[in-house]
Amino acid sequence: MSEQDSPLKDWQENELAKSLARFPERKKAFTCHGGREVQRLALPEEADQEYQDKLGFPGRYPYTRGVQPTMYRGRLWTMRQYAGFSSAATSNERYRYLLEQGQTGLSVAFDLPTQIGYDSDAPMSLGEVGKVGVAIDTLADMEVLFDQIPLDKISTSMTINSPAMVLLAMYIVVAEKQGVSAEQVMGTIQNDILKEYVARGTYIFPPRPSLRLITNIFQWCSTNAPKFNTISISGYHIREAGSTAAQEVAFTLANGLTYVQTALDAGLALDDFSPRLAFFFNASSNLLEEVAKFRAARRLWAELMKERFQAKKPATMMLRFHTQTAGSSLTAQQVDNNVVRVTLQALAAVLGGTQSLHTNSRDEALSLPTEESVRTALRTQQVIAHESGVADTVDPLAGSWYVEQLTDAVEQEALELIERVDAFGGVVACIENGFIAGQIEDAAYQYQQEVESKERLIVGVNAFQTEEENSVPLLRVDPAGEDQQVEVLARVKAERDQEEVRRCLAALETAARSDEANLMEPVLDAVRCYCSLGEICDVLRGVFGEYRGRAW
Amino acid sequence: MQSAQLLEQLHLGDPRSVARAISLLEDQADIGRRIMQGLDQQRLDKALTVGITGPPGAGKSTLTSALVRQLRQRGIRVGVIAVDPSSALTHGALLGDRIRMMEHALDPDVVARSMATRGRLGGLCAAAGATMRIMAASGCRVVLIETVGIGQSEMDIASLADITVLVLAPGFGDEIQAMKAGILEVVDLLVINKADMPGASKLRFDLGREAVQSDRVLETAAAENQGIEDLLDRILALETEFRKGEKFIQRRQQSWNKETVDRCLDLFREHLTELMQEQPCIEADPGAAAEALLERIIHAPGR
Amino acid sequence: MKSYRVLIAKPGLDGHDRGAKVIARALRDAGFEVIYTGIRRTPEEIAAAAVQEDVAAVGLSSMSGAHVRLFPAVLEALRKAGAEDIPVVGGGIIPKEDISLLQGEGIASVFTPGTPVATIIEAFTEACQKQHQTRN
Repeated sequence: MSEQDSPLKDWQENELAKSLARFPERKKAFTCHGGREVQRLALPEEADQEYQDKLGFPGRYPYTRGVQPTMYRGRLWTMRQYAGFSSAATSNERYRYLLEQGQTGLSVAFDLPTQIGYDSDAPMSLGEVGKVGVAIDTLADMEVLFDQIPLDKISTSMTINSPAMVLLAMYIVVAEKQGVSAEQVMGTIQNDILKEYVARGTYIFPPRPSLRLITNIFQWCSTNAPKFNTISISGYHIREAGSTAAQEVAFTLANGLTYVQTALDAGLALDDFSPRLAFFFNASSNLLEEVAKFRAARRLWAELMKERFQAKKPATMMLRFHTQTAGSSLTAQQVDNNVVRVTLQALAAVLGGTQSLHTNSRDEALSLPTEESVRTALRTQQVIAHESGVADTVDPLAGSWYVEQLTDAVEQEALELIERVDAFGGVVACIENGFIAGQIEDAAYQYQQEVESKERLIVGVNAFQTEEENSVPLLRVDPAGEDQQVEVLARVKAERDQEEVRRCLAALETAARSDEANLMEPVLDAVRCYCSLGEICDVLRGVFGEYRGRAW
Repeated sequence: MQSAQLLEQLHLGDPRSVARAISLLEDQADIGRRIMQGLDQQRLDKALTVGITGPPGAGKSTLTSALVRQLRQRGIRVGVIAVDPSSALTHGALLGDRIRMMEHALDPDVVARSMATRGRLGGLCAAAGATMRIMAASGCRVVLIETVGIGQSEMDIASLADITVLVLAPGFGDEIQAMKAGILEVVDLLVINKADMPGASKLRFDLGREAVQSDRVLETAAAENQGIEDLLDRILALETEFRKGEKFIQRRQQSWNKETVDRCLDLFREHLTELMQEQPCIEADPGAAAEALLERIIHAPGR
Repeated sequence: MKSYRVLIAKPGLDGHDRGAKVIARALRDAGFEVIYTGIRRTPEEIAAAAVQEDVAAVGLSSMSGAHVRLFPAVLEALRKAGAEDIPVVGGGIIPKEDISLLQGEGIASVFTPGTPVATIIEAFTEACQKQHQTRN
């Protein structure tokens, strides 16, 4: 491209220059062995108008090539391994281990009772405490979880949805006690209720009051905790439930549009909350389709934000996302093959421009991962980052005829699905009428039939099988942990100020019954005096009701 | 299980016996006849069957579950039959209404059963009537039968039930057009569900002048539990009205007749199939073959 | 052709129902009448539904590790309801060591990820045939 071409020069003088001023690239020069320099951004000979419109430059609308001008040359993606199981103390140990091993952000997994707003001593929690994540009943557990972890230096992602407000409040109070203000805390809460109804199932309340809680969080955080990402609009679970790549994009973005509209309807200003919207996608096995998917998602979101909400601020139109490699692709047979799968999936996420990445461990189809397997998963990312060279140039697959046509195709298919959702009256209507769930189920069934008929081969499962015993050491969650947790909870409840508890819960109920009140402060108060998660959620259940699944 | 013991337990409301009896009837076991003969006729006469039908997506399951809640609040033991279509190809079925009924799973005074149509075309299954009677005999004062139905071809429910409720919701424009003609002649009550959504008043208007003025058209928002009390009051009021005059008994008789004829046709079809297999027809065309078959049956010795 | 009635249930708090729904559809395609309870069911609710629907077999799905407590709890609930003759089949993310444990408790068969659907259908068919023999 000639220097006279203003778009490139313009980009270099604006977005790129600003980015380099904020932080330089990781190295003075990126070279191959032998000294050949690796170029920052490969471009076609003629970067014509079509190129500008569809691809453009990283960090510039429509963001197809990435949301940052220097991408991984400036900063590598955050290596963020999801972890957490049984007790807060054991999880805390695992976090400190991972941080020592070079992980740069924390990701917290909660057990199912916590995700569904039940205390560890509730009847529904029997047998589930600490199984798929850490059990958090009160602020006391949260304090143990982040013991010796400086919340002003570490960013924490919490996979929590229905009771997100409560867990966020606990996190903020833990920081408070460390002397870290809410303005300083960094992290993300998943807080994406819409996908729960169709793909994950940890809902508590019906859609409308749930959306209110979400908007309350947006509002409170935009003024009080601006560094915190208040939602991680998720496609990961939709894909895990069996959807196609285009469906993953479509339904995730449709949910995103719903959140934006709900926030606007509640009186929030677009640019106040949108920059903190984050996304969460799946990295599945078809490498090239996944790369196309990520690029299509970025372009589509930017276009939708511009067209539907007249977005002007770049941060409002940028789709930033975390990725997790596909859990459902892991096999129980020949588990070492999973390391290979995860590597390819992680590569797809990096080539697709993810901002942060979790790589699965090889034994995750069998049980929760061991320390060793988790380390290998982390090393996978580190090898890609430092040895493969793909992080030294931006959006390297751009210009591939196949990848560009695939990007267009996925975008088109996703847009059509979004329009169908609109025609039904939006996402909430589609939750009620089962359209989205039906689409996902059909795709899941089709996939299974392809596997059964061997149209689709899965190595070690329906092809290249071996007779084998699993010799991988498995992690067993100590069943005594549940009893211990219940004991801890009983102690906390006995030692707290009962009057304060009563007062806070009553105040919360009053606030919940008023449509206008923001519930964040009442929840913070409740959390500070050690009200339990279950107590807080029971108050809200009383006011909002509980969501019951629809007929099938 | 012997039929006497089964009958005794059934009348006491033992869940396993009720369920087992229904299965025996559904599978056409010989013991079925003895069971039917042993049912408490008084209970059968006192019970009310309410059919709930309408296009998929109108919220029938939600409405049915809400009605059950309401009935239970009034201390009434209720039976629920949910009918879903069998696959013509595989003969299997996905019976999905149970999800909504799980709310009542631990309530001993809610007797729920999911049933597949098993080849019947009118929207019901062959054993619906028998199931309804077994539930009534077990003490259910009200039996709700939920089925997908739209248009005249799937309205068997209107013949079987004492009172039929058609559930519609905003957004079904095309289907409404198809059924408009005389819709209120076939059903007893019409419910506009999801009445809190835009389009509800337009729907009432679209149903025609008759519907706009009628007191047989009600509005509910079953998911919000709105309008359910009124609906139940209306249903029970209609029952009282029908029972006062001849209508109730007439309908029961018609229903009985239809069930008998349908059962006859089922048996007849089976018999014909058997005959045709035993002795294939040699006539030139189906018309002639049919007449010949009929001749054979009419003049068959002792059959 | 006899159509067996089966109940597919998800006990406990786990909300991942892709597997349960895929199996339900596959069973339907194989001629079964399948009743699905939805997610988040207690063992008592599952047993009550199994009895009311008079099913010939119950299939349980768990992806969250709670099978050790919940699957036997369903067996116990069925026993209490006088329905110990209804066989229970289990599937999901279940470590190998737990399989013999569960079978020891009375679960008829246990299926882990990657099992061909045809195998699972066969197990259901066998279980239903046996149950029907004990019925009458």
